[in-house]
Amino acid sequence: MNILVCMKQILDPEVPARDFRVDALHKEAERGSANLVTNIFCENALETALQFRERAGDVKITVLSFGAPSAEDSLRKALAMKADAAALVINEGNPHPDPLTVAQVLAAAAKRLGSFDLILVGRESGDWGAGQTGGLLAEELGWPCLSFVDSIESAGGKVRVKRQTESGFEIVEAEPPVVLTITNDEHNVPRIPKVRDVMMAHRQPLTTFNTADLGVDVSSRYYEVAQLSIPQKESHCEFVPGDTLDQKVDALARRLLEVTAAL
Amino acid sequence: MSNDVVIVVFSSDRAAEGLAGAGERLASAMGGRVFEIAIDPAEYQIEECLTALTETCRELNPRAILLSNDTYSQEIAPRLAHRLGGSAVGDGVAITAELRVTRQVYGGKAQAVIQLKRTPAVVWLRARSFAPASGGQAPSPVRTGGAPVLHAQTRIVERRRETQGEARLEDARVIVSGGRGIGGPEGFSGELQPLARLLGAQMAASRAACDAGWVPLTWQVGQTGKKVAPDLYLAIGITGASQHMAGISEAKQIAAINIDRDAPIFKHCRFGIVEDYRKVVPLLRQKLSAIQR
Ligand SMILES: Cc1cc2nc3c(=O)[nH]c(=O)nc-3n(C[C@H](O)[C@H](O)[C@H](O)COP(=O)(O)OP(=O)(O)OC[C@H]3O[C@@H](n4cnc5c(N)ncnc54)[C@H](O)[C@@H]3O)c2cc1C
Repeated sequence: MNILVCMKQILDPEVPARDFRVDALHKEAERGSANLVTNIFCENALETALQFRERAGDVKITVLSFGAPSAEDSLRKALAMKADAAALVINEGNPHPDPLTVAQVLAAAAKRLGSFDLILVGRESGDWGAGQTGGLLAEELGWPCLSFVDSIESAGGKVRVKRQTESGFEIVEAEPPVVLTITNDEHNVPRIPKVRDVMMAHRQPLTTFNTADLGVDVSSRYYEVAQLSIPQKESHCEFVPGDTLDQKVDALARRLLEVTAAL
Repeated sequence: MSNDVVIVVFSSDRAAEGLAGAGERLASAMGGRVFEIAIDPAEYQIEECLTALTETCRELNPRAILLSNDTYSQEIAPRLAHRLGGSAVGDGVAITAELRVTRQVYGGKAQAVIQLKRTPAVVWLRARSFAPASGGQAPSPVRTGGAPVLHAQTRIVERRRETQGEARLEDARVIVSGGRGIGGPEGFSGELQPLARLLGAQMAASRAACDAGWVPLTWQVGQTGKKVAPDLYLAIGITGASQHMAGISEAKQIAAINIDRDAPIFKHCRFGIVEDYRKVVPLLRQKLSAIQR
């Protein structure tokens, strides 16, 4: 079975709000001193694929990224986690590709790279968080799509996946090829690669394309960002008064009852 | 293309009311009518539903299609937009007649206005952020033509509920929520749940607590969890990362128990206490029972 996992490199989403600035003119976050990291849900996707390979055996995992040349780092890390092959589509044309453009680029690259049974993407990214790549990619390819998946099992020629819903979970059976969007759970926390594997990953081949090679128009036709700003909404916190723990907790209890009694 | 708005409703709760309200106001700003397509979530199968919705929307030919931000809506919306040649955008907290949608980005640290470039606009909304419809004109119900997909490649074969009784966290008026600072599942079951019962509250958690497997994933609140809007949200052992706050921006009052005075959560709180929750919560429970008696 052939699995493709799409990986996006983003500005570290854990940068605290107090250090976060936006460039309102270019409508993007300022880089500041923040690191670039792989989007967590893409790493959850790779981890899910790796665990599937460990159970199912004959599985090849290819990782693919569309991004700046620096996205090579995300792919090398994926190779160190033991993906089998990696490909990068360098985005030189449009720093803000919209979700449809991204899906078209990934679809074209997937077709170039071979024939896949499963394509895994993160449920959304930690930066713009549009949550559309998986669905639009499925439509570009004419495949079905299952969202919010956290584990995959093989079931004859089919796959059986578990996916999260707001009230619990569902088991879904699918006949490949299918696109899966992956979410996190306690079992797909990404593994930490071994130092030796990190070194080896630097010597592995990396296939690169640019968007012209793939014949995709990267101008935004789907949507564009009209404005980007930081909302100001801080509130003044009143720390409950008291000299002793007992007095403070007493004040807290009264405050809580005041609010809940009014309901 | 008409100026009509179609709302697609997967459930009949407060989210659906907000959706109807958003639909009514958008239709009146654009000079169109509102149609409602109700889908029974118990019958939902992805490819069938998508095909049926696509056909019905092609006939109605609306300028905008609004959905709530539940699982099924989020899953359907981009694909529906693609099939109709439109554009989708999600988790909107405002939408204008010019098809500009406001949403949080960068894990809740920034806010963006997105201009959609194709129609129909397919938008899933943070529906609880919208006031219900005035009731001036009820939306016209539309039946989706049953469009069975002959050879569907996917099938939902089992549905499991893991919720706290029948009440939905999204509709809770009081929420007690725990984070990594709780330290393990025992803190949730032994301390936070009894406290929640005293306050008539439902339980929630940060992603860190869910990822650790201490509590069910359905408890997660935040950017990638539930978006809640209680009158009171009591955060215990939660830092207040922007991705967590993204789920509680509609809470009327936030209170916190945290050992770290500099924890960002306090910047969003009406009141709070800087103490170890292990000391505070047992005492708090005693006092609450005493006062209530
Ligand atoms: C793309 C993306 C999406 C995300 N989505 C979500 C989401 O939906 N929801 C979410 O919650 N997070 C989400 N996160 C994660 C988020 O960034 C934070 O990592 C997470 O919210 C931290 O959880 P926490 O506050 O429980 O843990 P920590 O950050 O570890 O904080 C623990 C807190 O407990 C306090 N504490 C410790 N011991 C005690 C004690 N004994 N008594 C009282 N206080 C104590 C500490 O002072 C600290 O403030 C997301 C992250 C990314 C990148």
